[in-house]
Amino acid sequence: MKYRSLDIGVIGGGLLGSAFAYGFSQRGLNVGLIDEGDNAVRTARGNFGLVWVQGKGKGMREYAQWSLKSANAWSTFSNDLFDLTGTGVDYHRPGGFHISVDEAELEEHVAMLEQLRSEAGEEGYDYELVQGQTLAQHLPGIGEQVPGATYCPHDGHVNPLRLLRALQEGFDRNGGSYLPLLGIDRIEPLNSGGFELFSKGRRVAGCEKLVIAAGHGSITLGNQVGIDVPIHPEQGQIVVTERSAESLAYPTNLVRQTDEGGFMLGPSARDVGFDADTNTGTLQEIVRRCSTAFPYLRGLHIQRSWAALRIMTPDGFPVYSQSEEFPGAFAFSCHSGVTLAAVHAKDVCQWVLDGAIPSAYRCFGSERFDVSAAN
Amino acid sequence: MFQQRTDFSDPVTLSFEGREIMANRGDTLAAALLGCGIFDFRRAVVSNTPRAPFCMIGNCYECLVEVEGKGLVQACLTEVVEGMRVNMGSPRKPVASGNDSADV
Repeated sequence: MKYRSLDIGVIGGGLLGSAFAYGFSQRGLNVGLIDEGDNAVRTARGNFGLVWVQGKGKGMREYAQWSLKSANAWSTFSNDLFDLTGTGVDYHRPGGFHISVDEAELEEHVAMLEQLRSEAGEEGYDYELVQGQTLAQHLPGIGEQVPGATYCPHDGHVNPLRLLRALQEGFDRNGGSYLPLLGIDRIEPLNSGGFELFSKGRRVAGCEKLVIAAGHGSITLGNQVGIDVPIHPEQGQIVVTERSAESLAYPTNLVRQTDEGGFMLGPSARDVGFDADTNTGTLQEIVRRCSTAFPYLRGLHIQRSWAALRIMTPDGFPVYSQSEEFPGAFAFSCHSGVTLAAVHAKDVCQWVLDGAIPSAYRCFGSERFDVSAAN
Repeated sequence: MFQQRTDFSDPVTLSFEGREIMANRGDTLAAALLGCGIFDFRRAVVSNTPRAPFCMIGNCYECLVEVEGKGLVQACLTEVVEGMRVNMGSPRKPVASGNDSADV
Protein backbone atom coordinates (compact mmCIF):
# COMPACT_ATOMS: atom_id res chain seq x y z
CA MET A 1 0.00 0.00 0.00
CA LYS A 2 1.31 3.43 -0.85
CA TYR A 3 2.06 6.11 1.69
CA ARG A 4 -0.87 8.43 2.42
CA SER A 5 -0.60 12.08 3.15
CA LEU A 6 -3.65 13.16 5.13
CA ASP A 7 -5.16 16.25 6.70
CA ILE A 8 -6.45 14.11 9.52
CA GLY A 9 -5.59 10.59 10.53
CA VAL A 10 -8.11 8.72 12.65
CA ILE A 11 -6.79 5.55 14.29
CA GLY A 12 -9.56 3.11 15.08
CA GLY A 13 -12.45 1.90 12.91
CA GLY A 14 -14.98 1.29 15.66
CA LEU A 15 -17.96 3.42 16.45
CA LEU A 16 -15.95 6.35 17.79
CA GLY A 17 -13.35 6.41 15.03
CA SER A 18 -15.96 5.94 12.33
CA ALA A 19 -18.09 8.80 13.71
CA PHE A 20 -15.06 11.08 13.75
CA ALA A 21 -13.95 10.04 10.26
CA TYR A 22 -17.46 10.62 8.93
CA GLY A 23 -17.68 13.99 10.68
CA PHE A 24 -14.38 15.18 9.23
CA SER A 25 -15.27 13.93 5.77
CA GLN A 26 -18.52 15.92 5.93
CA ARG A 27 -16.32 18.99 6.08
CA GLY A 28 -14.50 18.07 2.88
CA LEU A 29 -11.20 17.21 4.51
CA ASN A 30 -8.71 14.60 3.35
CA VAL A 31 -9.26 12.00 6.05
CA GLY A 32 -7.85 8.54 6.61
CA LEU A 33 -9.57 5.97 8.81
CA ILE A 34 -6.96 3.47 9.88
CA ASP A 35 -8.41 0.22 11.12
CA GLU A 36 -6.58 -2.70 12.64
CA GLY A 37 -9.00 -5.34 11.34
CA ASP A 38 -11.27 -7.95 12.78
CA ASN A 39 -8.50 -9.47 14.84
CA ALA A 40 -8.68 -6.30 16.96
CA VAL A 41 -10.42 -6.30 20.33
CA ARG A 42 -13.43 -4.45 18.82
CA THR A 43 -15.13 -2.83 21.76
CA ALA A 44 -18.00 -1.85 19.44
CA ARG A 45 -19.18 -5.46 19.53
CA GLY A 46 -20.55 -4.71 22.96
CA ASN A 47 -22.98 -2.06 21.75
CA PHE A 48 -26.55 -2.65 22.80
CA GLY A 49 -28.02 0.06 20.57
CA LEU A 50 -29.46 2.40 23.18
CA VAL A 51 -29.38 6.15 22.66
CA TRP A 52 -29.78 6.74 26.34
CA VAL A 53 -29.99 9.68 28.69
CA GLN A 54 -31.73 8.61 31.87
CA GLY A 55 -29.56 7.76 34.81
CA LYS A 56 -26.44 9.31 33.31
CA GLY A 57 -24.31 11.94 34.97
CA LYS A 58 -24.25 11.01 38.64
CA GLY A 59 -21.18 12.81 39.89
CA MET A 60 -20.67 14.81 36.69
CA ARG A 61 -23.55 16.96 35.58
CA GLU A 62 -21.77 17.89 32.35
CA TYR A 63 -22.01 14.28 31.23
CA ALA A 64 -25.79 14.28 31.61
CA GLN A 65 -25.98 17.45 29.51
CA TRP A 66 -23.57 16.04 26.95
CA SER A 67 -25.66 12.85 26.60
CA LEU A 68 -28.86 14.88 26.28
CA LYS A 69 -27.27 17.14 23.70
CA SER A 70 -26.30 14.13 21.61
CA ALA A 71 -29.71 12.47 22.02
CA ASN A 72 -31.33 15.69 20.83
CA ALA A 73 -29.03 15.82 17.81
CA TRP A 74 -29.62 12.17 16.90
CA SER A 75 -32.63 12.66 14.66
CA THR A 76 -30.88 15.11 12.34
CA PHE A 77 -27.72 13.02 12.51
CA SER A 78 -29.47 9.83 11.38
CA ASN A 79 -31.45 11.66 8.70
CA ASP A 80 -28.26 13.15 7.28
CA LEU A 81 -26.66 9.72 7.26
CA PHE A 82 -29.63 8.27 5.43
CA ASP A 83 -29.70 11.06 2.84
CA LEU A 84 -26.04 10.51 2.12
CA THR A 85 -25.87 6.71 2.16
CA GLY A 86 -29.38 5.33 1.77
CA THR A 87 -28.66 3.19 4.83
CA GLY A 88 -31.28 3.49 7.52
CA VAL A 89 -30.09 2.86 11.05
CA ASP A 90 -33.51 2.04 12.55
CA TYR A 91 -33.42 5.00 14.90
CA HIS A 92 -36.52 5.45 17.03
CA ARG A 93 -37.13 7.72 19.96
CA PRO A 94 -40.34 6.72 21.70
CA GLY A 95 -38.71 7.37 25.06
CA GLY A 96 -37.27 4.59 27.17
CA PHE A 97 -38.14 2.67 30.32
CA HIS A 98 -35.68 1.77 33.03
CA ILE A 99 -37.20 -1.32 34.61
CA SER A 100 -36.37 -2.34 38.15
CA VAL A 101 -37.03 -5.99 38.92
CA ASP A 102 -37.45 -5.61 42.67
CA GLU A 103 -38.42 -2.96 45.24
CA ALA A 104 -34.91 -2.29 46.50
CA GLU A 105 -33.65 -1.66 42.98
CA LEU A 106 -36.52 0.66 42.22
CA GLU A 107 -36.00 2.66 45.37
CA GLU A 108 -32.31 3.09 44.68
CA HIS A 109 -32.89 4.02 41.05
CA VAL A 110 -35.57 6.60 41.77
CA ALA A 111 -33.46 8.14 44.53
CA MET A 112 -30.58 8.46 42.07
CA LEU A 113 -32.78 10.16 39.44
CA GLU A 114 -34.19 12.50 42.11
CA GLN A 115 -30.71 13.48 43.15
CA LEU A 116 -29.70 14.12 39.54
CA ARG A 117 -32.77 16.25 39.00
CA SER A 118 -32.20 18.35 42.08
CA GLU A 119 -28.53 18.84 41.21
CA ALA A 120 -29.23 19.79 37.62
CA GLY A 121 -32.08 22.20 38.29
CA GLU A 122 -33.66 23.47 35.10
CA GLU A 123 -31.03 21.82 32.98
CA GLY A 124 -32.06 18.37 34.16
CA TYR A 125 -33.89 15.87 32.04
CA ASP A 126 -37.44 14.70 32.41
CA TYR A 127 -38.54 11.37 33.78
CA GLU A 128 -41.54 9.91 35.52
CA LEU A 129 -42.22 6.87 37.65
CA VAL A 130 -44.68 4.48 36.01
CA GLN A 131 -46.33 1.60 37.86
CA GLY A 132 -49.25 -0.78 37.89
CA GLN A 133 -51.87 -0.56 35.15
CA THR A 134 -50.23 2.40 33.45
CA LEU A 135 -47.00 0.47 33.14
CA ALA A 136 -48.82 -2.58 31.78
CA GLN A 137 -50.53 -0.40 29.18
CA HIS A 138 -47.21 0.84 27.87
CA LEU A 139 -45.35 -2.43 28.30
CA PRO A 140 -47.91 -5.20 27.73
CA GLY A 141 -46.78 -8.48 29.21
CA ILE A 142 -44.61 -6.86 31.90
CA GLY A 143 -44.02 -9.32 34.73
CA GLU A 144 -46.15 -9.15 37.83
CA GLN A 145 -43.03 -9.04 39.99
CA VAL A 146 -41.90 -5.75 38.45
CA PRO A 147 -42.59 -3.00 41.01
CA GLY A 148 -42.20 -0.15 38.56
CA ALA A 149 -40.14 1.59 35.92
CA THR A 150 -39.04 5.09 35.12
CA TYR A 151 -39.88 6.60 31.76
CA CYS A 152 -37.63 9.17 30.13
CA PRO A 153 -38.89 10.80 26.91
CA HIS A 154 -35.37 11.59 25.67
CA ASP A 155 -34.32 7.95 25.26
CA GLY A 156 -34.31 5.95 22.06
CA HIS A 157 -32.57 3.11 20.26
CA VAL A 158 -30.86 2.26 17.02
CA ASN A 159 -29.31 -0.68 15.18
CA PRO A 160 -25.59 -0.32 16.04
CA LEU A 161 -24.42 -2.54 13.18
CA ARG A 162 -26.25 -0.41 10.65
CA LEU A 163 -24.91 2.69 12.35
CA LEU A 164 -21.31 1.53 11.98
CA ARG A 165 -21.96 0.62 8.36
CA ALA A 166 -23.68 3.92 7.56
CA LEU A 167 -20.85 5.94 9.11
CA GLN A 168 -18.24 4.10 7.07
CA GLU A 169 -20.36 4.30 3.91
CA GLY A 170 -20.86 8.02 4.42
CA PHE A 171 -17.15 8.46 5.01
CA ASP A 172 -16.44 6.56 1.80
CA ARG A 173 -18.97 8.58 -0.22
CA ASN A 174 -17.36 11.76 0.99
CA GLY A 175 -14.04 10.59 -0.42
CA GLY A 176 -12.45 9.38 2.80
CA SER A 177 -9.67 6.78 2.67
CA TYR A 178 -10.42 3.64 4.65
CA LEU A 179 -7.15 1.88 5.41
CA PRO A 180 -7.90 -1.59 6.79
CA LEU A 181 -5.65 -4.27 8.25
CA LEU A 182 -3.21 -1.70 9.56
CA GLY A 183 -2.36 -1.88 13.22
CA ILE A 184 -0.55 1.36 13.98
CA ASP A 185 2.18 0.64 16.52
CA ARG A 186 4.33 3.76 16.32
CA ILE A 187 3.50 7.44 16.10
CA GLU A 188 6.29 9.87 15.36
CA PRO A 189 5.51 13.53 16.05
CA LEU A 190 7.37 15.79 13.62
CA ASN A 191 9.25 18.91 14.68
CA SER A 192 7.49 20.85 11.98
CA GLY A 193 4.11 19.71 13.30
CA GLY A 194 2.08 16.74 12.16
CA PHE A 195 2.64 13.05 12.70
CA GLU A 196 4.02 10.04 10.90
CA LEU A 197 2.27 6.72 11.47
CA PHE A 198 4.01 3.36 11.33
CA SER A 199 2.85 -0.23 11.20
CA LYS A 200 5.43 -2.98 11.79
CA GLY A 201 8.28 -0.64 10.96
CA ARG A 202 6.65 0.60 7.76
CA ARG A 203 5.71 4.26 7.36
CA VAL A 204 2.08 4.12 6.20
CA ALA A 205 0.68 7.62 6.55
CA GLY A 206 1.39 11.15 7.57
CA CYS A 207 -1.20 13.54 8.95
CA GLU A 208 -1.49 17.14 10.07
CA LYS A 209 -3.81 16.20 12.90
CA LEU A 210 -4.22 12.93 14.70
CA VAL A 211 -7.25 11.44 16.42
CA ILE A 212 -6.69 8.32 18.50
CA ALA A 213 -9.91 6.36 18.94
CA ALA A 214 -8.40 2.91 19.08
CA GLY A 215 -10.35 1.42 21.95
CA HIS A 216 -8.01 -0.40 24.31
CA GLY A 217 -5.15 0.29 21.90
CA SER A 218 -5.46 3.98 22.73
CA ILE A 219 -3.40 3.54 25.90
CA THR A 220 -0.09 2.77 24.22
CA LEU A 221 -0.79 5.03 21.24
CA GLY A 222 -1.72 7.93 23.52
CA ASN A 223 1.49 7.47 25.51
CA GLN A 224 3.52 8.08 22.36
CA VAL A 225 2.11 11.59 22.05
CA GLY A 226 2.01 12.41 25.74
CA ILE A 227 -1.64 11.63 26.40
CA ASP A 228 -2.67 9.55 29.37
CA VAL A 229 -5.65 7.30 28.56
CA PRO A 230 -6.82 5.72 31.81
CA ILE A 231 -9.18 3.02 30.58
CA HIS A 232 -9.73 -0.64 31.29
CA PRO A 233 -11.85 -3.37 29.75
CA GLU A 234 -15.30 -4.10 31.10
CA GLN A 235 -16.75 -7.30 29.79
CA GLY A 236 -20.39 -7.13 28.75
CA GLN A 237 -22.51 -10.02 27.48
CA ILE A 238 -25.48 -9.88 25.15
CA VAL A 239 -28.17 -12.46 24.40
CA VAL A 240 -30.34 -12.38 21.27
CA THR A 241 -33.57 -14.30 20.78
CA GLU A 242 -35.24 -15.52 17.63
CA ARG A 243 -37.24 -12.97 15.66
CA SER A 244 -40.74 -12.47 16.78
CA ALA A 245 -43.80 -10.34 16.10
CA GLU A 246 -43.58 -6.82 17.48
CA SER A 247 -44.52 -6.77 21.12
CA LEU A 248 -42.23 -4.25 22.80
CA ALA A 249 -42.73 -0.69 21.63
CA TYR A 250 -40.08 0.93 23.83
CA PRO A 251 -36.41 0.33 24.47
CA THR A 252 -35.61 -0.56 28.06
CA ASN A 253 -32.44 -0.85 30.13
CA LEU A 254 -32.77 -4.66 30.05
CA VAL A 255 -34.42 -5.61 26.76
CA ARG A 256 -35.07 -4.03 23.42
CA GLN A 257 -36.77 -5.43 20.35
CA THR A 258 -35.05 -4.69 17.06
CA ASP A 259 -36.79 -3.71 13.83
CA GLU A 260 -36.08 -7.24 12.57
CA GLY A 261 -38.07 -8.67 15.48
CA GLY A 262 -35.31 -10.18 17.64
CA PHE A 263 -34.98 -9.27 21.30
CA MET A 264 -31.62 -8.14 22.65
CA LEU A 265 -31.08 -8.98 26.31
CA GLY A 266 -28.51 -7.44 28.62
CA PRO A 267 -26.75 -5.83 30.31
CA SER A 268 -23.90 -7.25 32.36
CA ALA A 269 -20.53 -6.05 33.57
CA ARG A 270 -17.55 -8.21 34.57
CA ASP A 271 -14.02 -7.29 35.41
CA VAL A 272 -12.06 -10.15 33.85
CA GLY A 273 -9.28 -8.37 31.97
CA PHE A 274 -9.16 -9.22 28.29
CA ASP A 275 -11.19 -12.42 28.59
CA ALA A 276 -13.91 -12.17 25.94
CA ASP A 277 -15.65 -15.50 26.63
CA THR A 278 -19.21 -15.74 27.84
CA ASN A 279 -19.91 -17.62 31.05
CA THR A 280 -23.05 -19.48 32.02
CA GLY A 281 -23.61 -17.66 35.30
CA THR A 282 -23.70 -14.25 33.66
CA LEU A 283 -25.92 -15.42 30.82
CA GLN A 284 -28.32 -17.01 33.32
CA GLU A 285 -28.49 -13.79 35.31
CA ILE A 286 -29.21 -11.75 32.17
CA VAL A 287 -31.98 -14.13 31.17
CA ARG A 288 -33.37 -14.27 34.71
CA ARG A 289 -33.67 -10.51 35.00
CA CYS A 290 -35.04 -10.00 31.51
CA SER A 291 -37.60 -12.77 31.83
CA THR A 292 -38.67 -11.44 35.21
CA ALA A 293 -39.35 -8.17 33.41
CA PHE A 294 -41.04 -9.87 30.45
CA PRO A 295 -42.07 -13.47 31.23
CA TYR A 296 -43.14 -14.04 27.61
CA LEU A 297 -39.46 -14.09 26.63
CA ARG A 298 -39.26 -17.58 28.15
CA GLY A 299 -41.24 -18.84 25.17
CA LEU A 300 -38.58 -17.75 22.67
CA HIS A 301 -35.44 -19.53 21.53
CA ILE A 302 -32.11 -17.92 22.21
CA GLN A 303 -30.20 -17.59 18.97
CA ARG A 304 -26.88 -16.17 20.04
CA SER A 305 -24.91 -14.77 22.88
CA TRP A 306 -21.51 -13.17 22.99
CA ALA A 307 -19.18 -11.17 25.14
CA ALA A 308 -17.35 -7.98 24.29
CA LEU A 309 -14.74 -5.87 26.02
CA ARG A 310 -16.16 -2.42 26.36
CA ILE A 311 -14.26 0.67 27.45
CA MET A 312 -14.52 1.73 31.05
CA THR A 313 -12.88 4.75 32.64
CA PRO A 314 -12.19 5.17 36.37
CA ASP A 315 -15.38 7.22 36.87
CA GLY A 316 -17.41 5.91 33.93
CA PHE A 317 -17.39 9.21 32.05
CA PRO A 318 -15.68 9.86 28.71
CA VAL A 319 -12.01 10.70 28.52
CA TYR A 320 -11.39 13.36 25.90
CA SER A 321 -7.81 14.61 25.88
CA GLN A 322 -5.45 16.63 23.76
CA SER A 323 -1.69 16.53 23.77
CA GLU A 324 -0.09 19.59 25.32
CA GLU A 325 3.31 18.39 24.20
CA PHE A 326 2.33 17.74 20.58
CA PRO A 327 -0.48 20.06 19.50
CA GLY A 328 -2.84 18.50 17.00
CA ALA A 329 -2.97 15.09 18.68
CA PHE A 330 -6.15 14.04 20.45
CA ALA A 331 -7.37 10.85 22.12
CA PHE A 332 -11.03 10.07 22.72
CA SER A 333 -12.44 7.15 24.69
CA CYS A 334 -15.87 6.49 26.08
CA HIS A 335 -18.35 3.84 27.10
CA SER A 336 -21.34 5.14 25.11
CA GLY A 337 -20.27 5.35 21.49
CA VAL A 338 -23.83 4.95 20.20
CA THR A 339 -25.48 7.67 22.28
CA LEU A 340 -22.60 10.09 21.71
CA ALA A 341 -22.15 9.40 17.98
CA ALA A 342 -24.08 12.54 17.02
CA VAL A 343 -21.92 14.92 19.05
CA HIS A 344 -18.76 13.01 18.16
CA ALA A 345 -19.41 13.54 14.46
CA LYS A 346 -20.23 17.19 14.94
CA ASP A 347 -18.94 18.97 18.04
CA VAL A 348 -15.85 16.89 18.70
CA CYS A 349 -14.71 17.09 15.08
CA GLN A 350 -14.99 20.85 15.35
CA TRP A 351 -12.80 20.86 18.48
CA VAL A 352 -10.09 19.03 16.56
CA LEU A 353 -10.30 21.43 13.65
CA ASP A 354 -10.15 24.38 16.05
CA GLY A 355 -7.06 22.79 17.56
CA ALA A 356 -8.24 22.56 21.15
CA ILE A 357 -10.95 21.13 23.37
CA PRO A 358 -13.08 24.08 24.56
CA SER A 359 -12.78 24.96 28.23
CA ALA A 360 -16.40 23.95 28.87
CA TYR A 361 -15.44 20.39 27.98
CA ARG A 362 -12.10 20.17 29.75
CA CYS A 363 -13.97 18.39 32.53
CA PHE A 364 -13.69 15.30 30.31
CA GLY A 365 -9.88 15.48 30.26
CA SER A 366 -7.74 12.77 31.83
CA GLU A 367 -6.24 15.44 34.11
CA ARG A 368 -9.20 14.85 36.40
CA PHE A 369 -7.59 11.60 37.53
CA ASP A 370 -4.27 13.23 38.20
CA VAL A 371 -3.77 13.20 41.97
CA SER A 372 -1.08 15.89 42.00
CA ALA A 373 -3.32 18.25 39.99
CA ALA A 374 -6.17 17.74 42.41
CA ASN A 375 -4.07 18.65 45.45
CA MET B 1 -31.63 -23.13 -9.06
CA PHE B 2 -31.54 -26.76 -7.89
CA GLN B 3 -32.02 -29.96 -9.80
CA GLN B 4 -34.90 -32.19 -8.79
CA ARG B 5 -33.66 -35.20 -6.85
CA THR B 6 -34.34 -38.65 -8.27
CA ASP B 7 -31.56 -40.71 -6.63
CA PHE B 8 -33.38 -41.97 -3.57
CA SER B 9 -31.23 -44.93 -2.54
CA ASP B 10 -32.43 -45.03 1.06
CA PRO B 11 -35.68 -43.11 0.92
CA VAL B 12 -37.81 -41.68 3.65
CA THR B 13 -41.17 -40.03 3.19
CA LEU B 14 -42.26 -36.91 4.95
CA SER B 15 -44.69 -34.08 4.38
CA PHE B 16 -44.43 -30.33 4.01
CA GLU B 17 -47.65 -28.35 4.33
CA GLY B 18 -49.50 -31.59 3.71
CA ARG B 19 -47.60 -32.36 0.50
CA GLU B 20 -45.78 -35.69 0.50
CA ILE B 21 -42.09 -35.47 -0.34
CA MET B 22 -39.17 -37.87 -0.59
CA ALA B 23 -35.69 -37.57 0.80
CA ASN B 24 -32.71 -39.78 1.55
CA ARG B 25 -32.07 -40.95 5.06
CA GLY B 26 -29.38 -38.70 6.55
CA ASP B 27 -30.44 -35.63 4.55
CA THR B 28 -31.01 -32.45 6.42
CA LEU B 29 -34.54 -31.17 6.28
CA ALA B 30 -33.36 -28.02 4.52
CA ALA B 31 -31.61 -30.01 1.79
CA ALA B 32 -34.64 -32.27 1.42
CA LEU B 33 -37.05 -29.37 0.96
CA LEU B 34 -34.80 -27.49 -1.44
CA GLY B 35 -34.29 -30.75 -3.37
CA CYS B 36 -38.05 -30.93 -3.87
CA GLY B 37 -38.21 -27.39 -5.21
CA ILE B 38 -39.54 -25.87 -1.99
CA PHE B 39 -38.03 -22.42 -1.47
CA ASP B 40 -40.67 -20.84 0.71
CA PHE B 41 -39.82 -22.08 4.21
CA ARG B 42 -41.50 -19.39 6.24
CA ARG B 43 -42.56 -15.75 6.24
CA ALA B 44 -40.51 -13.00 7.84
CA VAL B 45 -42.10 -11.85 11.06
CA VAL B 46 -41.89 -8.17 10.25
CA SER B 47 -42.16 -7.84 6.46
CA ASN B 48 -44.12 -11.07 5.83
CA THR B 49 -41.86 -11.81 2.85
CA PRO B 50 -40.87 -15.39 1.91
CA ARG B 51 -37.73 -16.81 3.49
CA ALA B 52 -35.41 -19.66 2.50
CA PRO B 53 -32.14 -21.04 3.86
CA PHE B 54 -29.19 -18.72 3.48
CA CYS B 55 -26.19 -20.23 5.26
CA MET B 56 -27.08 -23.95 5.61
CA ILE B 57 -24.74 -24.19 8.60
CA GLY B 58 -26.91 -23.12 11.51
CA ASN B 59 -25.99 -19.47 11.70
CA CYS B 60 -28.63 -17.43 9.93
CA TYR B 61 -31.90 -18.85 11.27
CA GLU B 62 -33.61 -18.12 7.95
CA CYS B 63 -34.67 -21.76 7.53
CA LEU B 64 -36.95 -22.09 10.56
CA VAL B 65 -39.79 -24.54 9.99
CA GLU B 66 -42.35 -26.13 12.23
CA VAL B 67 -41.92 -29.86 12.86
CA GLU B 68 -44.93 -31.47 14.47
CA GLY B 69 -44.07 -32.53 17.98
CA LYS B 70 -40.85 -30.51 18.02
CA GLY B 71 -41.92 -26.96 17.30
CA LEU B 72 -39.80 -24.46 15.45
CA VAL B 73 -36.47 -25.90 14.30
CA GLN B 74 -33.60 -24.89 12.02
CA ALA B 75 -34.20 -27.06 8.97
CA CYS B 76 -30.49 -27.07 8.11
CA LEU B 77 -29.61 -28.69 11.45
CA THR B 78 -32.46 -31.21 11.53
CA GLU B 79 -32.25 -34.67 9.98
CA VAL B 80 -35.22 -36.05 8.12
CA VAL B 81 -37.17 -38.83 9.81
CA GLU B 82 -39.69 -41.19 8.24
CA GLY B 83 -43.19 -39.79 8.61
CA MET B 84 -42.02 -36.36 9.74
CA ARG B 85 -44.73 -33.73 9.36
CA VAL B 86 -43.41 -30.29 8.58
CA ASN B 87 -45.10 -26.96 8.13
CA MET B 88 -43.95 -23.48 7.28
CA GLY B 89 -42.34 -21.71 10.18
CA SER B 90 -44.78 -19.47 11.96
CA PRO B 91 -43.12 -17.30 14.56
CA ARG B 92 -44.21 -17.53 18.13
CA LYS B 93 -46.09 -14.49 19.18
CA PRO B 94 -44.83 -13.61 22.60
CA VAL B 95 -47.84 -11.70 23.53
CA ALA B 96 -48.52 -9.76 26.03
CA SER B 97 -51.19 -11.62 27.86
CA GLY B 98 -49.48 -11.14 31.18
CA ASN B 99 -49.48 -14.92 31.32
CA ASP B 100 -46.37 -16.17 33.08
CA SER B 101 -46.84 -19.76 32.06
CA ALA B 102 -45.26 -19.54 28.60
CA ASP B 103 -43.56 -22.85 27.87
CA VAL B 104 -39.82 -22.80 28.35
